[in-house]
Amino acid sequence: MNATAGHHEAHAIPGTTLFDGECAIKGLALNRMCYSFNNAANRAAFLADEDAYCREFGLNVQQREAIRAKNVLQLIAAGGNVYYLAKFAGIFGLNVQDLGAQQTGVSVEEFKARLVAQGK
Amino acid sequence: MSRIIGTVCLSHVPAIGGAIQKGLQDDPYWKPFFSGLPPVREWLQKERPDIAVVFYNDHGLNFFLDKMPTFAVGAAPSYRNEDEGWGIPALGAFKGDAAWSWSVIEALVAADFDVTTCQDMLVDHAFSLPMTMLWPGPGMPPVRAIPIAINTVQHPLPSAARCYALGQAVGRAIAAHAGNEKVVILGTGGLSHQLDGQRAGFINKEFDLLCLQKLIDDPQALTGYSTHELVRLAGTQGVELLMWIAARGALAGKAREVHRTYHIPISNTAAAIQALAAA
Repeated sequence: MNATAGHHEAHAIPGTTLFDGECAIKGLALNRMCYSFNNAANRAAFLADEDAYCREFGLNVQQREAIRAKNVLQLIAAGGNVYYLAKFAGIFGLNVQDLGAQQTGVSVEEFKARLVAQGK
Repeated sequence: MSRIIGTVCLSHVPAIGGAIQKGLQDDPYWKPFFSGLPPVREWLQKERPDIAVVFYNDHGLNFFLDKMPTFAVGAAPSYRNEDEGWGIPALGAFKGDAAWSWSVIEALVAADFDVTTCQDMLVDHAFSLPMTMLWPGPGMPPVRAIPIAINTVQHPLPSAARCYALGQAVGRAIAAHAGNEKVVILGTGGLSHQLDGQRAGFINKEFDLLCLQKLIDDPQALTGYSTHELVRLAGTQGVELLMWIAARGALAGKAREVHRTYHIPISNTAAAIQALAAA
């Protein structure tokens, strides 16, 4: 399969990863774990023993480190898909402004101000 | 012959659910968005549709990457929402109409749309929030729903042209449906926003306003964009514009704008509500 075609084209958009076949292959274990967080009992199990929970889903070293760091850009680089990552972020009460601020390297207040400014 | 009264397209940002739960509709942050709903509700109350076809995108409640349909049509008697990971209480069951769904499915497959059929399908906030915004409680919405999920999670996504054609085929299926029912078409999501990557927070007002105008008088013009172009212009999640394009496809011919709200920002999103009546 030619999984790289979309991936390379996606890089034409700055600061953007299109979640294509290559990402899907790379991120399956990580995304499967994040998908499991739809369930409250699974969220509790993760918080009770993060290491065991990540092992159960077979995360690779890059994915395990990105989860440990709660770093969105690292999670995306490890194959994470934002729709499932949002459920991981939800465990810690982080909303999309928190995630946006982290990814763009500004404070949450500054990130919110940037959003407002785009409406002017 | 059944008849389409028009379309209602609107944003489905999860934070809207939190605002409703906390009763923040009149809060200065939220009011510019929520104040757009009453005129649309009044129009719906006047028209009294029986059926709502809802084009929406699942965000990882019902579908995972193990099996990801490009187009999935609900064929259930009812549809439930569930915990999506942040513990917001699920609503009751939304009414469906399996016989109606199957008649749409028959027509779509006959028109060469090889859809996935779902007799059991959880519906996420992209379905439940617009339904409850348009028909607020108590009680569940008075329409029977036909949910149609379009994949925006996993590229390659269906093209704008394909989504528009899907909508057109749904419109023809409704027009050919025996009986005398009124149908409203919903498209949920958008407009421009991006949650992920260094470009998170991207909003494109100029493009959104162009789309809102084209949806009224020249929807075909929007079918020329590739999905990558839509991501570039509207953001990774702004590509949810595909739902609006599909909805407009169902409304064949001319349209009259009943209402428009456009406000930046709600959460990370350029929020919009647009109702179009069949002209």
